[in-house]
Amino acid sequence: MELKSLIQRSEYEWEVPKEGAMRVPGVIFADRELLAAMDEKVREQVANVAKLPGIVGASYAMPDAHWGYGFPIGGVAAFDPDEGGISAGGVGFDISCGVRCLLTGLARQEVERVQAELADRLFARIPAGVGSTGAIRLSDAEMDAMLVGGARWAVEHGWGRREDLARIEEGGCVAAADPQAVSAQAKKRQRDEMGTLGSGNHYLEVQEVAEIFDAETAAAFGLRLGEIVVSIHCGSRGLGHQIGTDYLREMAIAAPAQGISLPDRELACAPLSSPLGKRYLGAMRAGINCALANRQILTHLTREVFTEFFPATTLPLLYDVSHNTCKEEMHEIDGRRRRLFVHRKGATRAFGPGHPELPPEFRAYGQPVLIGGSMGTASWVLAGAAGGETRAFGSACHGAGRAMSRHEATRRYSGRKIVDELAARGILIRSPSLRGVAEEAPFAYKDVTAVVDAAHRAGLARKVARLTPLICIKG
Amino acid sequence: MRWETFAHDADVGVRGFGATLGEAFAAAATALTAVITDPHRVTPRESVAISCAAPDYELLLVDWLNALIYEMATRHMLFSHFEVEIADLQLMAQAFGEPIDVERHQPAAEIKGASFCALEVSRHGDEWLAQCVVDV
Repeated sequence: MELKSLIQRSEYEWEVPKEGAMRVPGVIFADRELLAAMDEKVREQVANVAKLPGIVGASYAMPDAHWGYGFPIGGVAAFDPDEGGISAGGVGFDISCGVRCLLTGLARQEVERVQAELADRLFARIPAGVGSTGAIRLSDAEMDAMLVGGARWAVEHGWGRREDLARIEEGGCVAAADPQAVSAQAKKRQRDEMGTLGSGNHYLEVQEVAEIFDAETAAAFGLRLGEIVVSIHCGSRGLGHQIGTDYLREMAIAAPAQGISLPDRELACAPLSSPLGKRYLGAMRAGINCALANRQILTHLTREVFTEFFPATTLPLLYDVSHNTCKEEMHEIDGRRRRLFVHRKGATRAFGPGHPELPPEFRAYGQPVLIGGSMGTASWVLAGAAGGETRAFGSACHGAGRAMSRHEATRRYSGRKIVDELAARGILIRSPSLRGVAEEAPFAYKDVTAVVDAAHRAGLARKVARLTPLICIKG
Repeated sequence: MRWETFAHDADVGVRGFGATLGEAFAAAATALTAVITDPHRVTPRESVAISCAAPDYELLLVDWLNALIYEMATRHMLFSHFEVEIADLQLMAQAFGEPIDVERHQPAAEIKGASFCALEVSRHGDEWLAQCVVDV
């Protein structure tokens, strides 16, 4: 990206100046190097989002921002409920895609002794990859109950424990979901996908806490150096993908009649006050609940496998974050508390210390922010920073972002070679597809550390711990 | 008729060329399969009928690819041969393929949806082009 078109506000904050139809400025959080490596499309998309009616504050991009669909991936934008809109593209196809982290309390050496057997058992129990199916089949009524209840529904059905719910955004169940706003096709697509991991960059990893940066916060989160955690990255599966597909189309067609002039059809949105906007909101919330239920079921399967090897382990949930959402939140704007609809597309909610929505035991430290890396590098646990709400509505980055295309990755690396090289480094990969492994090669991703450092220094979130993989189950 | 995939930051684009609009759409569908697996590995032994209609050709391409994504997801199938007819913004097609065989097809990634990103349906001389980015 050309830096000369931007105004540097600080070392890690760059303004896209308000011009033309932009209603607010754009703000990109990144260091000079990350910014220079970003596609010019990011600046264009940040500016386009700033043109949408009812946008409040600024159109933000996180340090891992890249070219998305209408909104940049890594984009954050908040809208006024009366004047603003809701955008299917601003949430994305994989509604409520997110990461959760489970604590095992086990030392690395304990897991290393059974590493290969544990990898094989997890791979056998966690349905992963294209065409994989779960064991759960829901009736129409049960599907609707799941879409209303989210992880709470899953716990009520025996997939997990009640105490898990306090460690999930919104207590594991977003209110006002509307299963009737979800198409029959979306529900059919989900029919045999409950409790499945998916493919692409989704994974289940067994990781070691390799480094701690903030001892007090790490202790509060239950993270101890050298201990093992399990991270799960996946979303709302076919149901969410189809909701995105259905509403992106409907919003694009309806926009002119709603009086919305879109700078780009990908920005398809509907007024929050319109019947279409309300229907999408209800469907999207059902999609969030589906993702939360899905990660809850995967948690249960993971616990069952760990119990086979370590009968005393309970794998409590550290936290569960979603990074593709639109959430109704209260924020202070110019000294006034306002109700806003905050889109985070490839961005993680990162409420700072003292926020009333955090579990009491985390309130002094800020929200756990879980950042996925690539399968050969590191993942991170951050904590929402004090004052983060005034920077980007309490948001931080979500991952590394790709450095090269899937095609280029498969041209450069064979899946077999990657599996063997990682095994030599003590990282066991289990995947149904070697091509899938090649496309997700560690070298195909940017350096997540640079992204996390920028988020830390920009005051979006504080570094707490770095996690390195021992086992990676890939779809 | 020819097809290719093209790079996009996080995802991948599919592009088809053809002497007719139907051929370009069929070629784009082959590129869609290539995102998942080598189309030559997919035996076209079962057919599925697909029809859709849209207000313009670009939305029709998105609808066509999304219909295939839906059929792949719900039938657990992959497709490698397509017969597409388009008239008056209505599409009628047969997609030929077989159930997914993970060992043989080594499917790399499922496709979540076809997007409006880099979406284009246009005619260049005697050739039609149909393309968009798909989310994987």
